[in-house]
Amino acid sequence: MNTHADRRFFLRTWAAGAAAAALGWLQPVLALAAGWNKSAFQAGNIVGAIEFAGVAEALPSEDIVIKAPEIAENGAQVPVEILSNIPGTDQILIFSDKNVQPYVGLFEFKNGAEAFISTRIKMGDTSMLRAVVRANGKYYVRMREVKVTIGGCGT
Amino acid sequence: MNPQGASRPRALRAAIGALLCVCALVSPAAQDGPEADRERMVNFFNERFPGVPLQDYIYGAMIVSADARAQYEQIMEFPPFLGDLDAGRRIWEKPFRNGRTFASCFPDNGRNVVGNYPHYDAALDKIVTFEMALNRCLEDNGEPPMRYGEREPLGVLSAYARTLSDGMPMNVKIQSEKALVKYEAGKDIYFRRMGQLNAACAGCHMHLAGRTMRMEVISPTIGHATHWPIFRAGEELMTFQGRFNRCMEQMRAAPFGYNSEAWNNLEYFLSYLSNGLPLKASVFRK
Amino acid sequence: MTRPIRMRVRLDGDLAEIRALIDHPMETGLRKDSKTGELVPLHFIQNLTVSLNGKPVLETQWGQAIARNPYIQLRVRGARVDDEVSIEWLDNQGERGRASAKVPPPG
Repeated sequence: MNTHADRRFFLRTWAAGAAAAALGWLQPVLALAAGWNKSAFQAGNIVGAIEFAGVAEALPSEDIVIKAPEIAENGAQVPVEILSNIPGTDQILIFSDKNVQPYVGLFEFKNGAEAFISTRIKMGDTSMLRAVVRANGKYYVRMREVKVTIGGCGT
Repeated sequence: MNPQGASRPRALRAAIGALLCVCALVSPAAQDGPEADRERMVNFFNERFPGVPLQDYIYGAMIVSADARAQYEQIMEFPPFLGDLDAGRRIWEKPFRNGRTFASCFPDNGRNVVGNYPHYDAALDKIVTFEMALNRCLEDNGEPPMRYGEREPLGVLSAYARTLSDGMPMNVKIQSEKALVKYEAGKDIYFRRMGQLNAACAGCHMHLAGRTMRMEVISPTIGHATHWPIFRAGEELMTFQGRFNRCMEQMRAAPFGYNSEAWNNLEYFLSYLSNGLPLKASVFRK
Repeated sequence: MTRPIRMRVRLDGDLAEIRALIDHPMETGLRKDSKTGELVPLHFIQNLTVSLNGKPVLETQWGQAIARNPYIQLRVRGARVDDEVSIEWLDNQGERGRASAKVPPPG
């Protein structure tokens, strides 16, 4: 981390709370676009999660590139990067099979965004990390095992 | 060696108990001096970890795992604890009632000073840590001191203030016989068996460095002092002495406690052993 | 409650690399407060949108398994200097967050 070098690009803006709406902020885009797939997020097993997420018959594909640890340093902050080289990709869905609720999240790409996301997730246990891609209405999948341990010391 | 995952105290004690010659490598009786100690320690680890450049020892246990190091780098690019560093920065920058700030207590507004700590203070005949210097700054300016070991305010203040010395080589000095006494006191603690597990720091962090115990890779002594505080899991702020306390508890011994003379002397000893290594404060750890 | 969103935007040709760290506890509802012993209630971002000049480029649905103080990095084609990148989020307790930054010149 080098905040000095990044200062030029580093803009930190305070987020507006709900109260800010009263101050005349523009109606947030989210009020219009938000949807949240409750049944998928609350599904307690991978089969249910995938089904409720609307994923039908995902074909395995090596055109999905997953960068994730072999052994997670800490299950609370697991860096994950997914790139889809499948043309027409508009969605990446992430699942962690052994999480209490395996559906981690949905990322939809529009208006010039590349089919790439880098983020950090929680993984409760050694598990398959599953990256599902939707491209032209069809689903594809790539999986990768990530080991999660609970150690005794760690410095 | 202990199989991975086996963590019975008896097995641990057996492994460490077998290391009767811990003192043979860095012998208190040899009295060649701190620089000789440091060189012997560096040579010891160069043999244990061939090809690892000295400055990489600031990464601790990660020197044995590219996988761990890659995660560290991704997280450190944009760490989740920036909010804590901001909180520390606000404390650092907030003027005292007399209008002065912490920066006024240190050369160059507090930049590149941490490598000079801990140091021996002849007037007090004590080792002074950077956190003690922050408190002395408060007292010199008519403000009440902060409590050692507390996350706020001293933990986050120090987490920020230490980053002002990032990249500075550790530069601890021993410039008198009395200072040497403190160094030797710290060294004594490092090699002393303690607790129900009858374990010495050196037993693990020298002889078992790089090996696995309780599903963790043990980090080497060199580099230990260079990278504090840590944010475990990116959120739990832990200082060097906090780690001493926790580790001592894990060896089933009642810990000496924050800002104890024992810990300050140990910090002095360990920092000296890391002389020359570039500091990097406020880092992610598992 | 105002929670900061830290953004770093970099332009390479017409590709904007957008990175953000969003302050948010992302509580799973399974963690006990160390002081009170009570379970900390579920509190996590459910929707987050990144927009370029007002047009959404990334829309997300998140569960509580996204890490605390979430980090995202995405790349958007067709960006230019001075374009506005904005991020807004909505969490399960109805809290919102919002920030924006301009695409800086490259270099």
